[in-house]
Amino acid sequence: MLTGVDDDVLHPACLGGLGDGSELDELRPSADDTENLHASIVDERPLSARPRKVAIASITVMPSTSLRPLIVLPAFNEEQALGPLLDEISEALPRIDCLVVSDGSRDATVAIARSRGVTVVDLPFNLGVGGAMRAGFRYALRNGYSAVVQVDADGQHDPRDVPRLVTELERADIVIGARFAGAGDYNARGPRRWAMKVLASVIGRIADTTLTDATSGFKASGPRAVSLFAATYPAEYLGDTVEALVIAARAGLRIRQSPVAMRDRQGGVPSHHPVKAAAYLARASMALIFAMTRPKVQLSKAEAAR
Amino acid sequence: MSTMTYLLGIAAAVIALVSVIELLRRRRLRERHAIWWILAAILALVGALFPATVAWLATVLGVGLPSNLVFFISIVLLFLVNLQHSAELTDLEDKTRTLAEESALQKVRLERLEERIDPTRDRPDA
Repeated sequence: MLTGVDDDVLHPACLGGLGDGSELDELRPSADDTENLHASIVDERPLSARPRKVAIASITVMPSTSLRPLIVLPAFNEEQALGPLLDEISEALPRIDCLVVSDGSRDATVAIARSRGVTVVDLPFNLGVGGAMRAGFRYALRNGYSAVVQVDADGQHDPRDVPRLVTELERADIVIGARFAGAGDYNARGPRRWAMKVLASVIGRIADTTLTDATSGFKASGPRAVSLFAATYPAEYLGDTVEALVIAARAGLRIRQSPVAMRDRQGGVPSHHPVKAAAYLARASMALIFAMTRPKVQLSKAEAAR
Repeated sequence: MSTMTYLLGIAAAVIALVSVIELLRRRRLRERHAIWWILAAILALVGALFPATVAWLATVLGVGLPSNLVFFISIVLLFLVNLQHSAELTDLEDKTRTLAEESALQKVRLERLEERIDPTRDRPDA
């Protein structure tokens, strides 16, 4: 199934492959829908000469074959895991472009990515996952990618799940690669698991869908989500997971989840301490409550503000 | 109240006011940040020159000790100034974040353009 899906989701413009000059193609205006939306804001040509402005509604029914996905890897000092992961991605998904956002890394992260011909957005200092991802979304928007798949640079997400998440963008604006949803044997236990469960069900209710995992870093965003997040992706603690989903849900985006298996992280063990789990839930709840009380972000306004 | 404490109060208020004005004059302080400090310094000067006004205000408000009224007003003022600073810090962090993202994105564009002009050229920081 994987190879079939792989062919389906590819845009002709990215057949050039990884880092072999296809970057130059991105600088040319493309016929991509997202690109047109972007261009129409700054376009100085007369109306008749402009590319037809595509209504948001038409994007949602757009078949997935025209999606042009970009894998974004936010990386903070990931020299250990990044090299093997990039090799794995270029082997498994040779025709999907990849972007590493180095979040102020002070190790060899940037050099490792460049040595493999991957484009690097090198942030001058650490902004957190939210900052790295917003830079990734902006890059995607300006370079004509219509979908963004966030993959953790520590190697715990399997890049072979990417084509499946992208295909599922056909029926949703955001597809979360969810743990605890059947696939894989990753399992958090105790209070932290309960905290994640509560969060997932509350956010699921807000988004009008069933979620088992709201805090996964493995996410695919379709064209509408890319436009929204390029303008508004929050940088705060848990902003990239909890708040981003709430913003998206309240802007009317459809969120779905898709089961994925998690792999062992290269380093670091998630904490199971009850006090830490309680603090986690408290901070997440606060993020959630504030996200709910803020004014809704309108998709059209998010695009105009960019 | 002795003459000494009276003079001490006036001296402190004058030093505060002169400091704010001097910083403003040297453009080390922007007007919108200085407004609270000017207000505080003027209030302090009035209170120091005419202690009777503080005592009168304390009786009007039903505060037993005039000095408690001074502490109360000072704390409220400091609280508000701190809050304003925290809000401005958040603003600045937001702007810094945007600038950091933009500068990194521009760097990518620049590298591509340079490579297009001269593909043989080594990347300076590759």
